[in-house]
Amino acid sequence: MFLKEYISDVYQGVRSLLKGMKKTGYYFVHPSEIITQQYPDNREQLHLPERFRGEVVMTHDENNEHACTGCTACELACPNGTIKIITKFDVSPEGKKKKAIDTFIYHLELCTMCNLCIEACPTDAIKMAQTFEHSVFNRNLLTKKLNLPNSKIREGVE
Amino acid sequence: MYSETTIVTPEASQQPLLEGQLVINVGPQHPATHGVLHLVITLEGETIIKIEPHLGYIHRSIEKMSESLTYRQFIYVTSRMDYLSAHINNLACAMCVEKGMQLEVPERAQVIRIIMSELTRIASHELWIGAMAMDLGAFTPFFYTFRERETINDIMEQTCGARLTMNYMVPGGVMYDLHPEFVARVKSFVAQFKSKVSELEDLVTDNIIFRNRTVGVGVLSKEDAISYGCTGPVARASGVDGDIRKRFPYSGYEKLEFEQCIDTAGDSFARYIVRIREMYQSIHIIEQLIDAIPEGDFQAKTKAVIKLPKGEFYTRVETARGELGVYIVSEGATTPYRIKYRSPGFSNLSALNHMAKGSKIGDLMATMGTLDLVIPDIDR
Repeated sequence: MFLKEYISDVYQGVRSLLKGMKKTGYYFVHPSEIITQQYPDNREQLHLPERFRGEVVMTHDENNEHACTGCTACELACPNGTIKIITKFDVSPEGKKKKAIDTFIYHLELCTMCNLCIEACPTDAIKMAQTFEHSVFNRNLLTKKLNLPNSKIREGVE
Repeated sequence: MYSETTIVTPEASQQPLLEGQLVINVGPQHPATHGVLHLVITLEGETIIKIEPHLGYIHRSIEKMSESLTYRQFIYVTSRMDYLSAHINNLACAMCVEKGMQLEVPERAQVIRIIMSELTRIASHELWIGAMAMDLGAFTPFFYTFRERETINDIMEQTCGARLTMNYMVPGGVMYDLHPEFVARVKSFVAQFKSKVSELEDLVTDNIIFRNRTVGVGVLSKEDAISYGCTGPVARASGVDGDIRKRFPYSGYEKLEFEQCIDTAGDSFARYIVRIREMYQSIHIIEQLIDAIPEGDFQAKTKAVIKLPKGEFYTRVETARGELGVYIVSEGATTPYRIKYRSPGFSNLSALNHMAKGSKIGDLMATMGTLDLVIPDIDR
């Protein structure tokens, strides 16, 4: 009885092994079904979907104008305190005072890419970029100023 | 009927060891614990006398954190609890807020939510099978299961914008509409899953080594599963019919036709088989819905600042690991007064001492692996 069980175990073991080897052999002769990608080498072919959330950026058009009114809706929507907006008052030639952003500070090191700021923005001034290689040697480089120097708000954005 | 439960007190754990007994530590840094779980195991020879899990290595105080976040903001934090079923965690929170607001979710949003939940469940079970087989020494299944999981991750990335911590659920619906390619990609995934799942059967289910190491190991009886508060596949493998999707249907599960996968053996192999069968049921649910996604809004109109009325709200969902309950106490403000999460991993882990007691230490990894522990879910 013991011998019968032993032989059956050996038979089962060899059968399982051959079944596994069959799969390995199948993929050996079907290399087109292997989906492995070599990451740093495939940077040119690597296209992330347009909804991918990499980091927050502010869109500027060719006249160096953005759509941010400085309403701080994104600052309030952020759960981590990632965004800090410093506002100033622009004085127009007629002497009217208008609120505008001075600096849009974005702490990438605190950001969890939850997309709540983008949802909250009433003028679509900010969006998510598809970058993902964020490593830097100096931690201070992760604190970014999103509005470009000398940029101003686009005409007609309220 | 019920086995004796011993209460571990500080005095009891400091009891001097008897002759021939040995204490070993598994973790907090151990490849088989999938996280920072610390198990203090008392051995006599190779036989396990007692297991004490020590928690707290990845405690982030998510419950306390949620009290300072608004009802829109606290949803994203729960992705970090059970990161393998992030969608379903977010769904539980969104549903709890909707219950407080008495908000009707559009039908399209409900269908999207179910499809996403079931895709998440398949991805979670796929990862579990790979990791579990790796715990038992088989490295190959890991790559085969990650291929299917990668397809789901790509679908998630395209529609939700992230691969793991999606944050796609908002109170009142979902954040964006589906990507135009979503339906076609899910259909191709279903076809891929059906043609490739036989590989798992060949490599894992029928493997003699896997069977020898799991059949009859870590048996949990039905009574013990109930008394320890086990839920999910762990309880269903012991014969408890506790699927929340069937018992307390939510978000439109009541209209669907699917089976509750129950086994009665209660051992590690039964827990494996229950999860395999659950993946088939998830595919069955997706097939019913994918051709009939109703048109309409994907999000109900809500105010910018959500305030819940004074009171207490509780919702529960079935995650890949078991029952997740979200309990909100509101004082009428914009932030919750208190939030409690009932996570499935904590209760399932509490049964580990009972299941592994008296078995050999070599079987511990099979028992612990089939509990499907996600440590951030236990510790929160």
